[in-house]
Amino acid sequence: MAPINQSASVGLIAAEPLFVARRRKVRRWAIRPGLVLAGLFVLLLVIAAIQPHWLVAGDPLEASARQAFRAPDSLYWLGTDENGRDILTRLVYAVRPSLVLGLSATAIGLLLGTLFGLAAGLGPRWLDGAVMRGVDVLLAFPDLLLALVIITFFGQGQLNTIIAVGIASVPRYARLVRAQALVVRGAGYVEAATTLGLGRHAVILRHVLPNAIKPILILATIGIGGNIVSGAALSFLGFGAPPPEPEWGGMLAVGRNYLANAWWLVAWPALAITLTVVSISTIGRELLRRSEGKRP
Amino acid sequence: MNTLRLILRRLLAGIGVLWGAATLTFLALNLSAGDPALAILGGPEAMPSAELIAQVRAEYGLDQPLIVQYGHYLGRLAQGDLGESYRLRIPVGQIIAGQLGATVQLSLAAAVLAVLLAVLVAVLTANRAPWLRSLVSGTELVLSSAPSFVIGLGLLLVFAFGWHLLPPSGSSGWQALILPSVALALPVAAVLSQVLRQELEDILEQPFIAMARARGMSETGVRLKHALRHALVSLVTLSGFVFASLLGGAVVIELLFSRQGIGRLMLDAATSKDVPLLLGITLLAAAIYVVVNFLVDLINHWVDPRAKAV
Repeated sequence: MAPINQSASVGLIAAEPLFVARRRKVRRWAIRPGLVLAGLFVLLLVIAAIQPHWLVAGDPLEASARQAFRAPDSLYWLGTDENGRDILTRLVYAVRPSLVLGLSATAIGLLLGTLFGLAAGLGPRWLDGAVMRGVDVLLAFPDLLLALVIITFFGQGQLNTIIAVGIASVPRYARLVRAQALVVRGAGYVEAATTLGLGRHAVILRHVLPNAIKPILILATIGIGGNIVSGAALSFLGFGAPPPEPEWGGMLAVGRNYLANAWWLVAWPALAITLTVVSISTIGRELLRRSEGKRP
Repeated sequence: MNTLRLILRRLLAGIGVLWGAATLTFLALNLSAGDPALAILGGPEAMPSAELIAQVRAEYGLDQPLIVQYGHYLGRLAQGDLGESYRLRIPVGQIIAGQLGATVQLSLAAAVLAVLLAVLVAVLTANRAPWLRSLVSGTELVLSSAPSFVIGLGLLLVFAFGWHLLPPSGSSGWQALILPSVALALPVAAVLSQVLRQELEDILEQPFIAMARARGMSETGVRLKHALRHALVSLVTLSGFVFASLLGGAVVIELLFSRQGIGRLMLDAATSKDVPLLLGITLLAAAIYVVVNFLVDLINHWVDPRAKAV
């Protein structure tokens, strides 16, 4: 009798881990409605940026004075603006400049920030001091003011807006990368690689950078949203693309003049910016939470 | 002794940052496209004669080597002289002083509002039912992500043009201050209350809280008297962030609500390429940032004994 009993208990023990593993897997992929919505919205944005005519048929610049200020109806879903242009079409065509600005400004900030941060974190002490004092000075200027100064000096235009917003975010990334590099530099595997006779550059490229970059990339994801907001703010202030071009900030600036009688000029672009930034931050925060090992 | 050394070190660091900022603005002034003398005379369109340009150069010391000009520039800055506006022909300091009051009023109102809102929300929602927490943190996510001008436009639509409760623009009267300061405060409040709630929830786990509860203290008493006091330290550290978002936000909010102020001045200077005015305001912002951070360090040192050990 005894052996059978034993085998039964062995079977039970073997079964349990399997069960637990399966349940954990289910939990991990449990549907979080907010996250799914955010993902879908970002997907929609990407489609709008690459192929806007898949989503809307019209021309964002086509104006007809007789159709001006039409409230949302079945023909113009989101209404028309002061020149009779379809707001939905303009909103969709404005996605591309916004995303391009968000992505490339973040790329500039990330690239320069990583260079400065690595130089400070891994270089000699005097270099560390010099770079970090420079970063302190840049941090002392509020982002938007710094961007305004850069645009004043280099002139208006999409490229300059990207550079201005990008440079304004360099100090934050430089600090992050430096802190990360310092942590990784002290890690056991880096010491091991150095002891094994790997060259300095090989250690930095193969060991320090990959391990330092992950949390920074996650924060950069959240930063894309912030940069889209900065770009929209500059465009709202009148430093974006010239008027007929569709841009969310510019649409808001125009709509502001007609707040009393045409709410739809302002409401939709405002909603578009907000949804974009919230979706991007939701995804970024989820990545952050996972990388920190917290259960969703 | 230790405190004195800390103060001295922070003071030196602050002066260093200011010096760096001044050097950057000097370089910007001199590297900016175009001849400063030409700009003073009203730009290339004015077509001044060669003698006139030479005269202005001599008058402003522009004919001297760059390093001498740099010395003069720092010397003038140390005396509080920020130069003269290209467009208005009055000292930059005077222009800024005239507009400073409105912006200080707006930012102070926004800062007070943001802190009060954050404390209220955090104390009320820390460690509460999950549905309440997700509702509040969702709202916080939207408010902290949405730019302040979007929030401002929403407020304008509802309260000024929808219900006609408050004036949509202007700089006079306290009613005109409400909407802009709320628009400026909400994103800041959202960030602050996120941090504060996290901090409160960590503190509510601490043994001294259990001790207070064991002594029969009410939940409200524990939260207000013990937990909040400790959690507020984290807010002090965020003052730098608060200041930067308020000043950056003021540029947009002042335009949106047609208010006077530094932000509006900065915008006008940028549009009309009035470089001395633009750099003067930027330098002032940097100086305020340095002073705020210096004070924050001191306050932190004073209220948090743990910081003294480090």
